[in-house]
Amino acid sequence: MADQIMLSLKVNGQSHSLQVHPFARLLDVLREDLRFTGTKEGCGEGECGVCSILLNGRLVNSCLVPAVQAQGGEIVTVEGLADGQRLSSLQDAFLTQNGAQCGFCTPGMLLAATDLLQRNPHPDEAAVREGLAGNLCRCTGYVKIVDAVQTAAREAR
Amino acid sequence: MDHKVVGKSTQRLDAVAKVTGRAQYTDDFFERDMLVGKVLRSPHAHAKVLRIDATKAKALPGVVAVITPADLPTIKFATAGHPWSLDPGHRDVEDRLILTDKARFVGDAIAAVVAEDLLTAEKALHLIEVEYEVLPHVLTAEDAMAEGAPVLHENRPGNIVSSFGVSFGDVEKDFEAADRIIEGDYETSIVQHCHIESMSAFAFVDSDGRVVVNSSTQIPHIVRRIVAQALGLSWGRVKVIKPFIGGGFGNKQDVVVEPLTAAMSLAAGGRPVRYCMTREEVFIDTRTRHGMKLHLKTAVSNEGVLQGIHMQVLSNTGAYASHGHSIAMSAGGKFRPLYNFRSIKYEPKTVYTNLPVAGAMRGYGTPQIFFALESHLDDIAREMNLDPVALRQKNLITVGHMDPLSKNVVRSFGVPQCLEKGLELIRWDEKRKAHKGQTGPRRRGLGMAAFAYASGTHPVALELAGARIVMNQDGSVTLQVGATEIGQGSDTVFGQITAETLGLPADMVHVVTTQDTDITPFDSGAYASRQTFVTGIAVRKAALEVREKVLAVAARRSGLSPAEMDIRDRQIVETSLGRVICSLADVAMDSYYDRILAAPITSDTSANVRINAMSYGATFVEVEVDLETGRVEVLELWNIHDSGTIINPKLAEGQVHGGVSMSLGAALLEQMLFDPVTGKPLNPNLLDYKLPTILDTPTINAAFVETFDAAGTFGSKSLGECPVISPAPAVRNAVLDATGVAFHKIPLYPQVVFEKFREVGLIPDRQAERSVQHV
Ligand code: FES
Ligand code: FES
Repeated sequence: MADQIMLSLKVNGQSHSLQVHPFARLLDVLREDLRFTGTKEGCGEGECGVCSILLNGRLVNSCLVPAVQAQGGEIVTVEGLADGQRLSSLQDAFLTQNGAQCGFCTPGMLLAATDLLQRNPHPDEAAVREGLAGNLCRCTGYVKIVDAVQTAAREAR
Repeated sequence: MDHKVVGKSTQRLDAVAKVTGRAQYTDDFFERDMLVGKVLRSPHAHAKVLRIDATKAKALPGVVAVITPADLPTIKFATAGHPWSLDPGHRDVEDRLILTDKARFVGDAIAAVVAEDLLTAEKALHLIEVEYEVLPHVLTAEDAMAEGAPVLHENRPGNIVSSFGVSFGDVEKDFEAADRIIEGDYETSIVQHCHIESMSAFAFVDSDGRVVVNSSTQIPHIVRRIVAQALGLSWGRVKVIKPFIGGGFGNKQDVVVEPLTAAMSLAAGGRPVRYCMTREEVFIDTRTRHGMKLHLKTAVSNEGVLQGIHMQVLSNTGAYASHGHSIAMSAGGKFRPLYNFRSIKYEPKTVYTNLPVAGAMRGYGTPQIFFALESHLDDIAREMNLDPVALRQKNLITVGHMDPLSKNVVRSFGVPQCLEKGLELIRWDEKRKAHKGQTGPRRRGLGMAAFAYASGTHPVALELAGARIVMNQDGSVTLQVGATEIGQGSDTVFGQITAETLGLPADMVHVVTTQDTDITPFDSGAYASRQTFVTGIAVRKAALEVREKVLAVAARRSGLSPAEMDIRDRQIVETSLGRVICSLADVAMDSYYDRILAAPITSDTSANVRINAMSYGATFVEVEVDLETGRVEVLELWNIHDSGTIINPKLAEGQVHGGVSMSLGAALLEQMLFDPVTGKPLNPNLLDYKLPTILDTPTINAAFVETFDAAGTFGSKSLGECPVISPAPAVRNAVLDATGVAFHKIPLYPQVVFEKFREVGLIPDRQAERSVQHV
């Protein structure tokens, strides 16, 4: 199509260049064009946080970000959290603490928690809750998600 | 009993897939040349569609098909996720068409578009012209039943889906003879499941001409039947695949998007079509929890012995029956085996209104009934000056209790211990004392509530489950079940049951997590907290069959009889000596490659489970109420469960946490709101609908009283839905304890609470004072 634009970005350390619709949402580019389907959509309106990713080191809801805004940017999605086969300490803590039930909120939670621990490596419970306040979960009552984030923070000590 | 795997918190089988983003949900699959579907919805709560003109929409480049009711079969079908009943009298109400020519709620599906992309599909919707004849509508059950009310479905003139009830004993006689008769009215609001994954499906016609539907569903085998019924296809022509699903909570125990998605693909010549609902559509046109109004009237002796109860229930089911009256009836069955009433009269009415369709939701009516009953018991205790816990303790049934109507026998009953444990964990007596004589603007209170639930639907419905096990060459096994993992952890539990039975470590049981109706054993799916109990029995049966076959091969090798051997930690041992005979892998290799006797070890079985086990528990909670803002804060909460043997403690705790948070949402925050004049939904999004965030959710504590129920596998009973029942009434009762104010409707939203406090004079009416001063 003639009205497409060229987008270049780095996802999980790998460079990609592709043609996208000028109005395309970053979420759709990641999921549909680049097949990073780990990032989910729960509302498309910035309410649930399951589309959370890191864009240039900042936590964003990718459903609200026009893809063009990510031009030249660096993105981390859930697929980029592990180092090869080695899970990140947060991923590992979600495993051992049963932080994921249906798992649909998990990618977004992991990204929000990664962002939190980068800013504050040893958050107390209130800080963990504050850091995850934009991410909804209907399965866990958040209990084991808090446990998992605190476990990861402890282990990093 | 000494178990190796059962009772241990083994890691969820799907945990790695879920934390790495590799778990694939319905929307994560892409077919070549996939099209998108969109739906045109009625702006009116009640209207006849006089004319649809899709000419312009069809002419839009990129539009592949426009579907209207005239293009579809006119076979009415039922959507509820129940096993088919051979008895026509027991079938769900068949009141649905894929698209309707009479809108019965704002958002009812009128037409659909299939297009190359979403933008085109959305544009096309605007080009469809519909002429409506707007009809008067009704939003409450009372209005729907009133004389002269507009009729939603021609075959239900009074808008009553059903008013079938049950009773035993002579409640009138008990009222006549009673020392005290206490009555109360209670009401619950309409809430929504809010699974974070939308309702979504895609469908295509495969090279054999079969309709393939991939769907985020709890009930793949039922979806297959209903898609076939709705489209007038033979059942074998439909194949349903269920991948990972992002939560269901009962909403996906209903057939919502699948028939339409299949119809979209057929209209597009069999090309793949995806139909994924927006969040707004999920709120409006999937299912909700029935808002109920309940009137309770109870006969009590001066000593606090509960004698008879008359419960009248009005259940607002919205525009279509969906699970219909089953919800009110099922809940009416579950509250009975808890307190020793000698007479019960249960009179539910399920009523059509012009609101979104209510259906199954975690607890299936039971949360509403127990909100009323457990609130009522505290009201009785208060009125008679009795201790609320003692009132319950005094009236509990005992093991051996047989329900006079269902004939179910209670074989395990842990409520007395749950109550003891709850009192102790929350430090009831100590806090009671501390709370005495509070004055200030913040008051603390304690509340509790108990509940009963069942394991599956027997004797009301068929409880059939299938399991298939194949032993692999290395002695590991692959397990297939028709039951569905929807986040609750059932695959992990089935793996543990298999591992325990076969002397394998948990990681040597590979559980196939995807259901495909072509190859998956028959099972009706995830609902009624049935899977660990019902499917667990089938899995255990399959594993025992494999065990038997393994020992038969080992007998050939060792010359011992199967009865003299056991499988322990991947080895075949001579039981009496503990001597290792050979490894399980040796047996497996023999079974595949012995030139004369090779016959792979498999089992493919099903269980028709004709027994039920009642599960129990209680919530204990301490709240702080801010009189000046109406805010209720949960300070400490314990949910104590008797679900028999707990197969996986960590997963079980997770179920409790999620269920409790859902109940707290209903108690304090959540409700779907509608414009009283137009019937338009006012808050169909996750911002205005107050789904609890992590900041709204207190720390939730789970505890278990492990009874042993002989009916369940390794003594287990149901758990999944149980935690969503008692927290709401416990919180309500705690607010009563803190403030002396009895609320009769949830949610206890700050504004409502605040206004009520002002009304009863608990806080000064500043506005009134001000206006007085001005005078
Ligand atoms: S999908 Fe982006 S916030 Fe919900
Ligand atoms: S685990 Fe299901 S929504 Fe969080």
